[in-house]
Amino acid sequence: MKLDDAVLPILYMLAAMGFILAIKWMNSPATARRGVVVGEIGMALAVIGTLLRFEVVNYEWIFVAFFLGTAVGIPIAYIMPMTAVPQRTAFSHACGALASALIGTAEYYKGLDQSGAGVSKVVMVALIVETLLGFLTFTASMMAFGKLQEVLPQRPIVYKGQNFVNLGIFAAAAGIGLALVVSPGQTFLFPIFAVLALLFGILLIIPIGGADMPTVIALLNSYAGLSASAMGFVLNNKLLIVAGALDGSSGFILSIIMCRAMNRSFTNVLFGAFGQLQTTSAAAGEAKPVHSATPEDAAQILDSARSVVVIPGYGMAVAQAQHKLREMYDILTRRGVEVRFAIHPVAGRMPGHMNVLLAEADIPYDKLWEMDDINPEMANVDVALIIGANDVVNPGAETDPNSPISGMPIIQAYKARTVMVIKRSMNPGFAGIDNDLYYRDNTLMLFGDAKSFLSSIVKEAGALAKV
Amino acid sequence: MGTYEFDLWVFMLAAFLGFQLIRSVSPLLHTPLMSLTNAISAITVVGAILLTGEQHASTLSRILGFSAVFLAVLNVVSGYLITDRMLKMFKRRGTEK
Repeated sequence: MKLDDAVLPILYMLAAMGFILAIKWMNSPATARRGVVVGEIGMALAVIGTLLRFEVVNYEWIFVAFFLGTAVGIPIAYIMPMTAVPQRTAFSHACGALASALIGTAEYYKGLDQSGAGVSKVVMVALIVETLLGFLTFTASMMAFGKLQEVLPQRPIVYKGQNFVNLGIFAAAAGIGLALVVSPGQTFLFPIFAVLALLFGILLIIPIGGADMPTVIALLNSYAGLSASAMGFVLNNKLLIVAGALDGSSGFILSIIMCRAMNRSFTNVLFGAFGQLQTTSAAAGEAKPVHSATPEDAAQILDSARSVVVIPGYGMAVAQAQHKLREMYDILTRRGVEVRFAIHPVAGRMPGHMNVLLAEADIPYDKLWEMDDINPEMANVDVALIIGANDVVNPGAETDPNSPISGMPIIQAYKARTVMVIKRSMNPGFAGIDNDLYYRDNTLMLFGDAKSFLSSIVKEAGALAKV
Repeated sequence: MGTYEFDLWVFMLAAFLGFQLIRSVSPLLHTPLMSLTNAISAITVVGAILLTGEQHASTLSRILGFSAVFLAVLNVVSGYLITDRMLKMFKRRGTEK
């Protein structure tokens, strides 16, 4: 059975509607799962419709690829621990981008074979955009994956003239791309173009530090979508254009939100090499005295508090401390303490990272507060408990105009009556920025691994609860 | 109106629709949102199928198309499943056992 030309556009249109509704329903956790279902239906309609097109006659290769993709995809989705979600996201951006780039490459050579003169200028522009974004997003995402998985060093690597080298390579790739648009018959240029795009992707991520990962992942998400959209122009397929544009705008907005939450510009994130500037002031901080406390002290203070706000950061994810946190939440809630969680937009390694981890530990999502909502209440909070977060609570962002994070909106933990910080040691955080909060009189440092320290607190607080 | 002009209009409108829709998504769900849009952008599977299934496809087309179908299906399957797995974890107070 082959599909009639009149039926196919309707299937594609229904698929596009499914995608739009899927994203619309993501605005609330109550409807979000329904969104996934319509998204799946949309995808199924698109795939079935395409398989039944009269141009498609050879099915063996397609089905083998379907089988393999499913066989690999299902275990990835179910076995992957939630702490590895940023890596998986980077990896899937890489897969999606590579798929676009490969299709673009094949379309280029196919266009040459068929008409000799190559394809029209407009299609060629779209094809160059598709492959350029595809190839550079592929290597950039693999680099991001490597950094998140800690296969590659997480610290940014910078050298003199880096930005000139990067921009030079990008300009060369774009220039050759333009030459291919003008004369598509110059086949020898295409491999050079592809290699330059791949190389640019690698170089782009080398100077990016872990703290900037949320912005960069969102940006790569956007590029992968735009590449798919460009493919829609090549194939003259509106469904691809719409789906790609939705993904492209989504990633773009998320990266704007992330930039805003750090008070930085795109150019600053991509070319600023955060984390290299601050070695001097960090060294100066070592001599200052701090107050530290034991788990017993901490449990007592928490137990006698009325209102506690927990501020988690990437350190909580690294220590896998979210489940212990949930136990502490249970004990304190039973004792009548109000426990809330304050989430900074860039806490963790991707947008929304902390929310997913806390949800995994069964912490109800109505206890998760956004920065702008919790800040006005911080002055009435008895205890601010900071777990593995650093820059997002650094008061220097508000007071010190020379701080590299000056102007970045923070969660105002310092306003709480008592501040407790679970931290491995006094080493400055990832960005190497000294944090004045640790030396204040109302701050107690709880030195240790987040997970084991929390379990000691849970034990002590549990004992208190029995008395 | 030429096809490409029409396509540009579609792109422009879809991008604006995307901006409006994404802005109303709560930061709570930004991670599942990203994995959902990633699964959606694996719609490139359409292009990959057309390439691989053609009658007179060259060997190069077949190999590249086959790899692209594999990669896109991988993203579709793992993307939707992991999004749902994440969303299942978001519970309100009182709904948990």
